[in-house]
Amino acid sequence: MSTRLAKNGRLIDRSKQIEFTFNGKRMKGYAGDTLASALLANDQMMVGRSFKYHRPRGLVAAGPEEPNALVGLGTGDRFEPNQRATTTELFSGLSAQSQNHWPSLDFDVLAINNKLGRFLTAGFYYKMFIHPRPLWKHVYEPIIRQSAGLGKAPDKELKDADTYEHFYFFADVLVIGGGVAGLQAAKVAAQSGAKVLLLEQHNYWGGRAPVDGGTIEGMEPGAWVEKTLEELRGMDNVTLRDRCMGAGVYDHGYALGYERLTDHAPGQGGPRHRLWRIRASQIVTATGAIERPLSFAGNDIPGVMLAASMRDYAVNWGVTPGQKVVVATNNDDAYRTAIAMHGAGVEVVRVLDTRDSGGGSLMEEVRALGIRVECGRAIAKVKGSKRVTGVAICAQNGEGGAQEEVEADAVAMSGGWSPVVHLWSHCGGKLIWDEAHANFRPDPERPPLGADGNGFVIAAGAANGAAGLADALHDAQTAGEAAANAAGFTPKVGDAPAAEAPEENAMEAVWLMPAKADIKLRMKTWLDYQNDVKVSDVQLAAREGFESVEHTKRYTTLGMATDQGKLSNINGLAILADSLGSEIPQVGTTTFRPPYHPISMGAIGGEARGEIFQPLRKTPMYDWHDSNGADWEPVGQWRRPFAYVRSGESLHDAVNREVKNTRDNLGLLDASTLGKLVVKGPDAGKFLDMMYTNMMSTLKPGKCRYGLMCSENGFLIDDGVVARIDEDTWLCHTTTGGAERIHGHMEEWLQTEWWDWKVYVANVTEQLAQVAVVGPNARKVLEKLNEKAGGGMDLSKEALPFMEWRDGEIGGFKARAYRISFSGELSYEIAVAASDGLAFWTALMEAGQEFGVMPYGTECLHILRAEKGFIMIGDETDGTVIPQDLGLNWALSKKKEDFLGKRAHSRSHMADPDRWQLVGLETVDGSVLPDGAYAVGNGVNANGQKNTIGRVTSTYYSSNLGRGIAMGLVKHGPSRMGEVIEFPGTDGKIYKAKIVDQVFYDKEGEKQNV
Amino acid sequence: MLILECPYCGVKAEETELAAGGEAHLKRFGPGSSDEEFHDYLFMRENPKGVHFERWRHANGCGKWFHAARCTMTLEVFGTYSAQTTEPPKEIQDKISEKRPNWTWRDVK
Ligand SMILES: [Zn+2]
Repeated sequence: MSTRLAKNGRLIDRSKQIEFTFNGKRMKGYAGDTLASALLANDQMMVGRSFKYHRPRGLVAAGPEEPNALVGLGTGDRFEPNQRATTTELFSGLSAQSQNHWPSLDFDVLAINNKLGRFLTAGFYYKMFIHPRPLWKHVYEPIIRQSAGLGKAPDKELKDADTYEHFYFFADVLVIGGGVAGLQAAKVAAQSGAKVLLLEQHNYWGGRAPVDGGTIEGMEPGAWVEKTLEELRGMDNVTLRDRCMGAGVYDHGYALGYERLTDHAPGQGGPRHRLWRIRASQIVTATGAIERPLSFAGNDIPGVMLAASMRDYAVNWGVTPGQKVVVATNNDDAYRTAIAMHGAGVEVVRVLDTRDSGGGSLMEEVRALGIRVECGRAIAKVKGSKRVTGVAICAQNGEGGAQEEVEADAVAMSGGWSPVVHLWSHCGGKLIWDEAHANFRPDPERPPLGADGNGFVIAAGAANGAAGLADALHDAQTAGEAAANAAGFTPKVGDAPAAEAPEENAMEAVWLMPAKADIKLRMKTWLDYQNDVKVSDVQLAAREGFESVEHTKRYTTLGMATDQGKLSNINGLAILADSLGSEIPQVGTTTFRPPYHPISMGAIGGEARGEIFQPLRKTPMYDWHDSNGADWEPVGQWRRPFAYVRSGESLHDAVNREVKNTRDNLGLLDASTLGKLVVKGPDAGKFLDMMYTNMMSTLKPGKCRYGLMCSENGFLIDDGVVARIDEDTWLCHTTTGGAERIHGHMEEWLQTEWWDWKVYVANVTEQLAQVAVVGPNARKVLEKLNEKAGGGMDLSKEALPFMEWRDGEIGGFKARAYRISFSGELSYEIAVAASDGLAFWTALMEAGQEFGVMPYGTECLHILRAEKGFIMIGDETDGTVIPQDLGLNWALSKKKEDFLGKRAHSRSHMADPDRWQLVGLETVDGSVLPDGAYAVGNGVNANGQKNTIGRVTSTYYSSNLGRGIAMGLVKHGPSRMGEVIEFPGTDGKIYKAKIVDQVFYDKEGEKQNV
Repeated sequence: MLILECPYCGVKAEETELAAGGEAHLKRFGPGSSDEEFHDYLFMRENPKGVHFERWRHANGCGKWFHAARCTMTLEVFGTYSAQTTEPPKEIQDKISEKRPNWTWRDVK
């Protein structure tokens, strides 16, 4: 059984007991435990079931490379799936649930998949896609949906109760990894004067060294780590962060750190995670190495563990996965596990060393302890189902005929070590194959390059392929000096700390155990635990012609789970290389992509959620709207009132009331969000003639003109009224969402094409508050304001005719009045200084009482313009619509030689008479057409779907007309007036609508010109 | 997350401050051009694995458009320069030649 040991546990505090639950069962651990070590202490060997076959799975590793022990953590608004038990620090009240089993961890119905294994081989999903649809729908899909996927998604109705933040940091040298190599590199760089940031993912420093032993400068590694940390803490130019993982390395020295602030202490307050957004001149990756599993049959049975991880559990947390351990290895390091387990009082039944000549001094030390070591031997298979019960032993160089069986309840395996090259590789660092250590390590000649073309990442220690303590420290010394130098400092050159550790014999590459294992064994030999990929799957993929490692990865799903193949990649591609008769370096690795280890969505979002998801733009009248019933509608970053809802009224009622009242009496619209661009200069007229499809240079000062803007490829991008202010000044109105975009568009042409033209563009949108005063009483209310102020601008039809503007005073406010109308009513748009906006609005509301004034929102604005058949950018246009489609040919200048979009309009498809064109649509029964509905015509297309002949672009209920009105684009529409066409709705109904003129109200335009 | 130095205000700008504007040094074809010329001007773009010239705007900064010469493969930046030119300045071309002998880009060598 797995249990707590009587001694050991350098990271736990046995005086502090902690209670937690696993699948509702109450358990006890100690402060300093991880959830994984605490589970082992409670004999919870099985921690989950596998993805595809639902096989029982236990802990394999002790760190972030763990593939199996994924749990759901917490409850309610703090529930989070797929959390690794090995990286979860234990805290009082922790509640964890195992995943991927149904109905329970111990009894799982879908474990039947295990028996159906031969049907679920490589490419299962791809192969199933070719079967008929009914089989998919009724047989495969329900089974796959039930069985696939790891953790459950959190309840979508609940919001994450925690907070998160982003933090910006600039460093000369960023060191990722706080093992002995990282500490030494950071120290050297800091002593050279560089500003250093050192990140360590765990809550303890020193990496493996304190567990693995040896001496540094005559000290135990743990003591040296403490001493070095003290030195670093005493330096002003060093920032140390533990529980902070280097998550990714990106272009030009950008890096992300993922700090877990309160995962271990919920309720402590403050943000839960902090995302460090770092710019570093140089980055040292001292990320260590990860041990590889050995590929033998039954290597996934709970109780089979990486040798170094088993040693970590025993030394760091004082727990053991079993009482009788078999060690299988191809290198000397696993002997340390035999020594550690023996020292902890656990029986080491056998050490099986694949090498005929065995190991070096560590092997001798193990033999001296009375432990039986057998060389040239291997595991034929592991016995057991929910946990290890025994091991069958065979010759490594055979087919797996067992020569002996021993009783055991745990297996420690070591297939060698792979440097953690992820961060080196994220931004393009290349790898070389190290034959002697059978691993890929960073190629120092081909690092990721910075803006200056020089490398900006340096790997150090085990992450750089250094073997052994002395090598790692020496490498770190060099890396620290090189990083400081490259960051512009004079490196403090010195000797690396002297280290001593036992000499080790060469390892032997072992990719299959035994070397000639038969197919029955290979079908029980796992490569990727999390995605359930076996040796036989990769071999099958190779036989089926998958030669590229990237294709094999996707076909078999090897390395595609949440652990990104940390344990499986090298073993998998060695099998692939062997199957293809190729060499490992020729097959190559798959791409390493950030993050190194999953990070929370909360950390990525940071503070940007809820109210502060994005900046909110408010007009000067925002607060008035808010306290007068505004139902807010987001328009870009602005909030505009959709309608002003009175008590006892529905939103729909409010809209209809506003529509009626504006036509009958007087409405006020806050139009401040409309973009306002001042275009000025000797060449401004020439420039605007290029920007707009119609002529703006001939506009007389004092007059307004409605203008259209097209992109260079002819499509409508914006519209609005342009006013000529004086000889060299124009004011261009844009759509609410268009101000910044159109400003940028103008600047691009001015700066990159016509840079010799003398024109300035200024975006004055926020400098002005603008109010549309609309309705039969519009003039009356303004004249009353002037009366009260003892005079003001003449607003009569004669003094200020339609489509003109004047500067002056209205009601004592300095104002500019435009006689323009987007509603078809008598209408003035009046701009005042933003600081006067609220006062002016309030004055209008007061003076308007006797004229029946009501404010109106964007929905009323839309209905009024639709009743008049006016187009709206974004409704009638979608980036594929040209002015000719909308019957706006009158706005395309024939006199101008050139304007943006002119050349495009003569391309063959643009001039095609079959283009859909704008018409009005009236339902036969007066109902409202569904928005976006498509009209169907005769015949079917190549996919057997009915041909479409048009679509609805705007559709509303008009309270003035008492019926639904709509506009749409219809093939040959203008020549089909009176025809009834059909729009199938998504509700199953067929809507019938008659093609009519799109001007539904006041066709002669009499109301606006009074 | 590139860093490009804005040649107008001198700020070493993070990519989040910048807006990408596609290929630099386009020659505009308007009315009177052939269908092929106009099509190429609108749609045909270089897609090099290596030296490239791009248009960027210091959008969340001084607002100026500028050009950047960089390597799309190694992310090396050879320099940034004014957008008000029809071809890369000589010192930038020389710098590229020094680091990438035999480079070509459209008809620039
Ligand atoms: Zn700038």
